[in-house]
Amino acid sequence: MPQEQRPKPVPTPSPETRRYWEGCKSHELWLPFCRPCQSFFFYPRRFCPRCFGWDIEWRRVSGRGTVYSYAIQYRAFHPGWSDETPYVTALVELEEGPRLYTNLVGVEPDPKSIHCDMPVEVVFEEISEEISLPKFRPVST
Amino acid sequence: MPSGSLSNSDRRRLSGKVAIVGADESDEIGIVAHKSTLELHAEAARNALADAGIPMSEVDGIFTAGPGWSPSLQIAEYLGIRPRYTDSTTVGGSSFVIHVEHAAAAIEAGLIDVALITHGQSGHSDRRRPGAGRPPLDPWFPAAQFEMPYHVGGPATVYALACMRHMHQFGTTHEQLAEIAVATRKWAMLNPKAMMRDPITIDDVLSSRWITYPFHLLDCCLVTDAGGAVVVTSARRAKGCRKQPVLVLGSGEATTHQTIASMPDLTDTPASISGPLAFQMAGVRPQEIDVTEVYDSFTYTALVTLEALGFCKKGEGGPFVSGGRTAPGGDFPLNTNGGGLSYTHPGMYGIFLLIEAVRQLRGECGDRQVSGARLACVNGTGGTLSSTGTLILGAE
Repeated sequence: MPQEQRPKPVPTPSPETRRYWEGCKSHELWLPFCRPCQSFFFYPRRFCPRCFGWDIEWRRVSGRGTVYSYAIQYRAFHPGWSDETPYVTALVELEEGPRLYTNLVGVEPDPKSIHCDMPVEVVFEEISEEISLPKFRPVST
Repeated sequence: MPSGSLSNSDRRRLSGKVAIVGADESDEIGIVAHKSTLELHAEAARNALADAGIPMSEVDGIFTAGPGWSPSLQIAEYLGIRPRYTDSTTVGGSSFVIHVEHAAAAIEAGLIDVALITHGQSGHSDRRRPGAGRPPLDPWFPAAQFEMPYHVGGPATVYALACMRHMHQFGTTHEQLAEIAVATRKWAMLNPKAMMRDPITIDDVLSSRWITYPFHLLDCCLVTDAGGAVVVTSARRAKGCRKQPVLVLGSGEATTHQTIASMPDLTDTPASISGPLAFQMAGVRPQEIDVTEVYDSFTYTALVTLEALGFCKKGEGGPFVSGGRTAPGGDFPLNTNGGGLSYTHPGMYGIFLLIEAVRQLRGECGDRQVSGARLACVNGTGGTLSSTGTLILGAE
């Protein structure tokens, strides 16, 4: 059977999330911020999932954080990744609080090179005209 | 704790009011390519009702979690019944355990008399059938925008993140996780219905290939075809059923998130909410449980669930399961049918936890029978460690 050729999924911005993806396109990370809670949240909605208040603004965040956890993917469950195994998926906890599901790049896919709580920073991968995908790489020390 | 103002005395009222009176699998489990998922539902329903001694004509409530967009409609029509109560709660593999609590509420409220909970799934054979598989995700949904572009390939890819954090925070080791795979296989060797019955060692687990680091192949559950069903009715009616009733002494349900990035604490599970609800409702402490059946989608799922349910302290699951403690002959009988790791796992496994707990409490388990089993704890986990249902079951 021929190998199925299916490209990786590309995000489709929704009205609620457009500001986030616009930020990414200009290589900046912008997140929704709840004014009453004085805290950021993710993923973007028009309201705060902590207090269900609708008093929201968008703010730029640092793009710095730490690896909350990671996994090394040896199997491509989707054909778009079949030439790229092994690669690293991770949850990054931003300095500002929220966690993002992402990929770690610029690092060997090896538990000797990666550890939880290691500092990382955002990089943007341009995957289409409209979309730049935020990924994270180790902060060089 | 869950939001709302209900006190535990409100739950206490339900304790012991309903019983599981029938439980069985489909005629065949394992690789069953020649039967549809609906046939697996129907066989399991027939077998569980026969076990209970209740005819299909007396089923007035149907509880199911698949297939399709309106599971209970499809199943009721296929089985040829017109129920007055349906519940399609589908929150992953925990659904069927949660259905028991929902059925108890409906029975105790006087809305129904006999609840049939069914499942049938062809996790193995679906991959080989035309057009089968998961429907595409709404592209505006959070997972489609914020997870899929980074590759989420199924439960293994995200459960691995939770396991990694646990290893980092508490020093849990690959060897400790492997203990669960080895012990569960030993139980499977005593169960003629289990798919994987060859002995394995800790070294076998550690030398099996990586699926998603930190999971080896043998840390991961099977993908099979299987059906299962249970029948629930009032404790009063249960006395007239064919076999010894299994009372639902305690129940709890909890939901904390859907996508892994929204999980409050990667080293916990909602069982730390549903567990105490169930134990308090039953008036039972974890130390009093004779046999435990918990969802083992991965070795880690079982380990962290034991912590969340209070069988050991948080972070101490690794030492707790070491030394073959959960194996036959150990002092903590766990997943005595061989679990999702070695017996069967068609995709959503929770119904099989119930079937095994019922058999253990009735003393029907032959070589794998836990002697004197009077109290069982069942915990189903669904989604990405998102949803749990806990039950405390007792032999009458």
